[in-house]
Amino acid sequence: MTESARRPGRDSIPAIRRLFRMQWEEVQQKHVLLYPEGMVQLNQSAGEILRRCDGKASVADITADLERAFNHPGLESDVMSFLEIAHGNGWIEYR
Amino acid sequence: METAGSNTAEAARAAIRPPLWLLAELTYKCPLHCVYCSNPLDYMAAGRELSTADWVRVLQEGRAMGSAQLGFSGGEPLMRDDLVELVAEGRRLGYYSNLITSGIGLTEAKIKGLKDAGLDHIQVSFQDSTRELNDFLGSTRTFELKQKVARLCKAYDYPMVLNVVLHRLNIDHIEKILEMAEDLGVEYLELANSQFYGWAYLNRDHLIPTRAQLTAAEAAVKRFRDRIGDRMRVYFVVPDYHASRPKACMNGWGAVFITITPDGTVLPCHEAKMLPGISFPNVRELGLREIWHDSDAFNRYRGDGWMKDPCRSCADKDKDFGGCRCQSYLLAGDATEADPVCELSPHHHLVEAAVANAELAEPHKTRPLVFRLDQNSKEFCKLPR
Repeated sequence: MTESARRPGRDSIPAIRRLFRMQWEEVQQKHVLLYPEGMVQLNQSAGEILRRCDGKASVADITADLERAFNHPGLESDVMSFLEIAHGNGWIEYR
Repeated sequence: METAGSNTAEAARAAIRPPLWLLAELTYKCPLHCVYCSNPLDYMAAGRELSTADWVRVLQEGRAMGSAQLGFSGGEPLMRDDLVELVAEGRRLGYYSNLITSGIGLTEAKIKGLKDAGLDHIQVSFQDSTRELNDFLGSTRTFELKQKVARLCKAYDYPMVLNVVLHRLNIDHIEKILEMAEDLGVEYLELANSQFYGWAYLNRDHLIPTRAQLTAAEAAVKRFRDRIGDRMRVYFVVPDYHASRPKACMNGWGAVFITITPDGTVLPCHEAKMLPGISFPNVRELGLREIWHDSDAFNRYRGDGWMKDPCRSCADKDKDFGGCRCQSYLLAGDATEADPVCELSPHHHLVEAAVANAELAEPHKTRPLVFRLDQNSKEFCKLPR
């Protein structure tokens, strides 16, 4: 996308954009983003972050949930950096 | 030795990745007669169309192998009565599905049925079917149809993907095409310069643009992109005849793409049937997994074992896979040659000559424009292969 990547705030609510569908691919053993011109194959951390971008949870909620799930504090900066890239690629929007 | 050999074969088989993209060409029936149609010249010789049950089985087998993108194409896929049923099966299986259509026959009832069945998006092609090519954009009927389809896509919340095949006869209208796409609220615009296979190869002398035409079109696209920002994603597929290195055709033979034609013949791309000496398998006789992994057809040009120089020793062989096998066959008479689009190919002069011909004020033409018509296809059916 031509738009510039925007780093979210803690209160930003990221959502996967309408043109994309995210799903788990059993054969590939990974999450993918499907869209009209192709497929983005996501690594594990990208998949774990993006599947929490449901248009309801804030960045703070998503971070807290990941820190709990993986028993790993201090993920906020990683989450924000990834969301910035995802936004730059046009995969997500902020609500 | 035998053990080592079979181990190597097993290793090669294990390295085969799934066909992520499955193209279902449901029918060769089409209300259009495009001069660049991608269907085979002898489409009238195709066997009986697959039944609904056959297609359902094929979709299930493909999904089990890992296919994720599903294209319903043709011909005009809306001519199949069971399209909605097949879309529903595709959705149930977890495919991301795309209807590739001219828009003809896309009524509101049909688009609602497709939405309810779970179709993900619709790619409308701008057809160029009239015998009066000059009417290409002036045709009120066509423009009204596009407006109607665009309105329906919006009403049913589909991403709007518009595909326009560009060539010598319409590329000068690029500004009008971009303007129209903007008016229609298109989200993806694919400007695909005609590739020269099948019908487009027959009509090549009519369709190759001049360098000046291409440069002007690219400049117009750039101005448009700068102005419109992220409201629309515009793809401009450069014509390979004007390039110096070949395209990574299909991302490699039998690597990502699998095409099932209306009569069940399975191909590594929708053009491959033109290649002589290959027996392409049929889903009526074999399972899709066996076809993808084990058939001679799909293994013929997989990897780089088939390559000869200049490809074999080329640093780019893992990047462009030696280009397109069909183009090598069409131009050099041998599918194992380097794609003649490549400046390193000993046959590159053939591409240069075609491009130079296009630069003439009045290009030499080997024949009048040939339309994709049943009676023309029947003539090609009579020719020996």
